[in-house]
Amino acid sequence: MKDLHDLSHYPLKLEGPDRPMVSFRNVTKRYGDLVVLDGLNLDVAEGEMVSIIGPSGSGKTTVLRMLMLETIQGGVIYVDGQPLSHMDRGGMLVPATPRHLRAGREQIGMCFQHFNLFPHMTALGNCMEGPVQVLGMSKQAARERAEDLLEMVGMIDKRDEHPARLSGGQQQRVAIARALAMRPKVLLLDEVTSALDPEVIGEVTGVIKKLVEKYRLTIMMVTHQMGFAADISDRVCFFYDGRIEEQGAPADLFSNPQKERTQQFLSAVKSAD
Amino acid sequence: MSYLDFLRDYGPRLLDGTLMTAAQFLCATVLAIAIALIAGLMKLSHNRLIRTPAVIYIEIFRGTSLLVQLYWIFFVLPLFGLTLEKFTAGFVAVGMNLGAYGAELVRGGIQSVPRGQWEAAYALSLSPAKRMWRIILPQALVNMLPPWGNLLIELLKGTALVSLISVADLMFEAKQINGSTFLSAQAFGTALIIYYIFARLIVTPFMRWLERVMARRIGRA
Ligand SMILES: Nc1ncnc2c1ncn2[C@@H]1O[C@H](COP(=O)(O)OP(=O)(O)O)[C@@H](O)[C@H]1O
Ligand SMILES: [Mg+2]
Repeated sequence: MKDLHDLSHYPLKLEGPDRPMVSFRNVTKRYGDLVVLDGLNLDVAEGEMVSIIGPSGSGKTTVLRMLMLETIQGGVIYVDGQPLSHMDRGGMLVPATPRHLRAGREQIGMCFQHFNLFPHMTALGNCMEGPVQVLGMSKQAARERAEDLLEMVGMIDKRDEHPARLSGGQQQRVAIARALAMRPKVLLLDEVTSALDPEVIGEVTGVIKKLVEKYRLTIMMVTHQMGFAADISDRVCFFYDGRIEEQGAPADLFSNPQKERTQQFLSAVKSAD
Repeated sequence: MSYLDFLRDYGPRLLDGTLMTAAQFLCATVLAIAIALIAGLMKLSHNRLIRTPAVIYIEIFRGTSLLVQLYWIFFVLPLFGLTLEKFTAGFVAVGMNLGAYGAELVRGGIQSVPRGQWEAAYALSLSPAKRMWRIILPQALVNMLPPWGNLLIELLKGTALVSLISVADLMFEAKQINGSTFLSAQAFGTALIIYYIFARLIVTPFMRWLERVMARRIGRA
């Protein structure tokens, strides 16, 4: 009941041209007694590329999963100005129903470390599934959209292959196309290159770079690739123990970290390379 | 009397019995699959009101004898006003019994689909029904086909019990022939061979073929 009472401090929606595309307001995530994120505040602007870095277990994945897969125990999450974790009931924010969550999450796409392509569908079938089954597009229209995207990620020649016959890098590119086929306003990338052999990482980072530079998609990316994050991010957030310990432009954060923990983490990562 | 003479005299009746066994097998299989799917999905529900009936059903039908269930359905249900023809009572009992075992296979098959598949389906905003029907069940099916092959053999063997309520299946005919001729070895020997052929040369190869087709459909072969 405490959370419910607190909600009167939160706006019913975020307005104005400068409103963030994604906004975490004082968000708390617990698993049982384990508090994973406590009072997270994070805004992501439209078209911004935010990288999330930090040690294992610091809550990076949880930040993305709260947007797409999990419920939260405190605070409010907004996407494109509308509350996602909650909904407006007669001028009051109440916890979202499963239906409201699913509807809100139609605006978000997510790609996973282990791709999670549907093994019983071809590359093309994977990319048509959402548009046909969720957006209600015709097969023909969905096919055209899927083919355009497979072309964009360089997988058009493999459109009729099942995932089992694709390499990791190829599967991840299909997974990105599948997420984009829903025309998401925000794309979440959780360590999408961590399961890949080093020689194919470039295939995937190349596609992500294109999404950032050419399409200016709003992206939140959890990554261990510091060089890549430095290269394409507008902002980098360093997570430590469920909090944002430090954040800033990549040039600042990587070359001139202010906090001791950031310095330790970056030097540990560097010496591991 | 040579075995050939025996086959000439009683072959047609054994063939009739075999066709009846096949009919019982097919009807019971369809029923068992339907029940397994429904009870298996219900058992996975988070809602206790949905889960509990499935749990009770599975417990009762797995925990008691098929023969007793058959007699209940044929002899006891009429006392409560529900009279089934013996053919129907036969495959209903077998189907309901094996469906309870099948429900556990369905549940296990669904649970063996990696969590990442649920999450990917959810991330595409597929509705719960479409998640299950289009993403999870096709993969669960591939995982559970091998145990279903075994279950269908059990089901086939189970159909022999319907002879006890006078359904004229293979076992029933063999018993009748034995009763009038006392050619026990020939009568039951032939029945044994037919059951074996049915299981190993029809059911098992069909299931293997289905496994291959499904494996190809998900690109594993
Ligand atoms: N489903 C879960 N149940 C319980 N604890 C979890 C669950 N998911 C994550 N955690 C815990 O939350 C913390 C943060 O996890 P995570 O966000 O995955 O970290 P990261 O991605 O930074 O490695 C870890 O301590 C982890 O053990
Ligand atoms: Mg993680």
